[in-house]
Amino acid sequence: MSSLSDVANAKVQRAVSPRAQGTGLEARGIHAWFGKHHALADVSLDFAPGTVTALIGPSGCGKSTFIRTLNRMHEFIPSAAMAGEVLLDGKDVYAPGVDVTKIRLQIGMVFQKPNPFPSMTIGENVLSGLKLAQLKVENKDDLLEECLERAGLWKEVKDRLGAHGGSLSGGQQQRLCIARSLAVKPQVLLMDEPCSALDPGSTLRIEETIRQLSETMTIVIVTHNMQQAARVSDYTAFFLSDNGPGEMIEVAPTAEIFSRPKDKRTEDYVTGRFG
Amino acid sequence: MTKAPAPREITTQPRRSDRIFRRIVTGGGLSSLGILGLITLFLGYRGYEIIASEGLSFITSSDWTVSYDENGNVTDSQFGLAAMLIGTILSAIVAVVVAVPVSVAMALYLNFYSPHALKKYLIAVIDMMAAFPSILFGIWGFLVLMPSAEYWGKLLNKYLGFIPIFEVNPYIFTRSPFIAGMVLAIMIIPIITSVSREVFSQTPLDRIQAAYALGATRWSMIKAVVIPYGKSGVIGGAMLGLGRAMGETVAVYTVLNIVFQINFKILLGAGGNVASLIILRFGEANLFEIKALMAAGLVLFGLTLVINAFAAVIVRRTGSSGR
Repeated sequence: MSSLSDVANAKVQRAVSPRAQGTGLEARGIHAWFGKHHALADVSLDFAPGTVTALIGPSGCGKSTFIRTLNRMHEFIPSAAMAGEVLLDGKDVYAPGVDVTKIRLQIGMVFQKPNPFPSMTIGENVLSGLKLAQLKVENKDDLLEECLERAGLWKEVKDRLGAHGGSLSGGQQQRLCIARSLAVKPQVLLMDEPCSALDPGSTLRIEETIRQLSETMTIVIVTHNMQQAARVSDYTAFFLSDNGPGEMIEVAPTAEIFSRPKDKRTEDYVTGRFG
Repeated sequence: MTKAPAPREITTQPRRSDRIFRRIVTGGGLSSLGILGLITLFLGYRGYEIIASEGLSFITSSDWTVSYDENGNVTDSQFGLAAMLIGTILSAIVAVVVAVPVSVAMALYLNFYSPHALKKYLIAVIDMMAAFPSILFGIWGFLVLMPSAEYWGKLLNKYLGFIPIFEVNPYIFTRSPFIAGMVLAIMIIPIITSVSREVFSQTPLDRIQAAYALGATRWSMIKAVVIPYGKSGVIGGAMLGLGRAMGETVAVYTVLNIVFQINFKILLGAGGNVASLIILRFGEANLFEIKALMAAGLVLFGLTLVINAFAAVIVRRTGSSGR
């Protein structure tokens, strides 16, 4: 436990970044169901602009379900339902008449398994969001370089932008997917266990990327790796399902969660007594 | 350094039940090859004499005449398939050109747009369409479709008549390869739809979600993810349909005006296909002419094989890119 809290404490505490856009994302009283199964109960969580929030907890506690309600990916699952509000810049993303494609442009997502489009080249993958969302950009080459640079991939791929996305290694593919999300300029980036399929070296590269990105955007990351939560996040939320729907037990600045959690169950989890 | 050993031979002793099952499935697998081989032999054996005597003109000329003396002996004969081969290809191409867009649209609707409750009924209806007797399609095409299709043909001729294949001279629109192609299109829509629906439904979910997470609309997701993934399957389905359209007999026989004249003009009412020629002549043919019809069957068979081989090449070329 001490090592985790050391990592979390050693991280320089940043003030809310002034370069981040918007006023952040708020989840209010989120419930989620799959058919009759109540998967998530009453989660309220604020994500301030320019912060990194890690969601931790054992498998099946509803972390992934929760972040999928934030950008309305939850509703793709047949029989899925939700209640509550998700406010982006104070406006409910589930309000009637909201164009869901615009929401997903502002709240991007990186998935557990790298999923570049295999029919497209590296360059086309990065810019695919523009085509998919029918956005116009003045200088595509600059945007391409900027996104790959921010995702920490530019140096490795700049000489083979015309190669297929599938020719990259797993870690590079995941950074390509991050670059792809950045091209549509989201305010918020949701990451659902982005490193769970990657080796430790690639994981470190992605964590560096997350830290750089958090200067300009709000990041929510689901992770099973508590070291990772301690290394990259400003805030950590602990989720748990105790034979019922998943609940959020506690949220606090990351250093506190790992050094002096308020709830006994959080302490048991972060000290490795279960989970 | 020690010398590396020779690689070991790796063997296994399958169980008795496994050996028996293996023989059964091997038998099933090889039987298709066997049946195909026997058909080829049969057609070749029966038609060899005609192909040998006519030579290349069997596929380049377009006369089909047999004359007899009073004892019923053949005095003169000419067999040429050119007109029928061209008719076969033209009407099949019209069918595929019309059927593929309709089928792809239908498959996309079934997978991505249709309400869940409606979907299974629509699938059942489309499968039923595939089992519908072709003579009924032929009669329906003749009685119902033809008057409308004639009008569409006239429109095409009016606005695209400067392109040679849409020329019509003399001015006859009834019973044209175009109309036969439309009937064939309806007949092959089920198979192309069914194959396309199957491949589209296998599109990996993580790619679909990746597209949506980037703000894609449903249509832009389909363009970027589903169509690249399913392209080779659709081509495969179209080739199955093309094969069926080329071999179709009764529907074409009912609709098309069978004339031994080389006709590249798809709107002009003259043509025929090889299969319809066989059914036209078979009833009154004597043993000698039947040999010619068998030879025609062999040529059609060969044409189908060539097209399928060609399709396999296309599928292989386009296959890897979207997968």
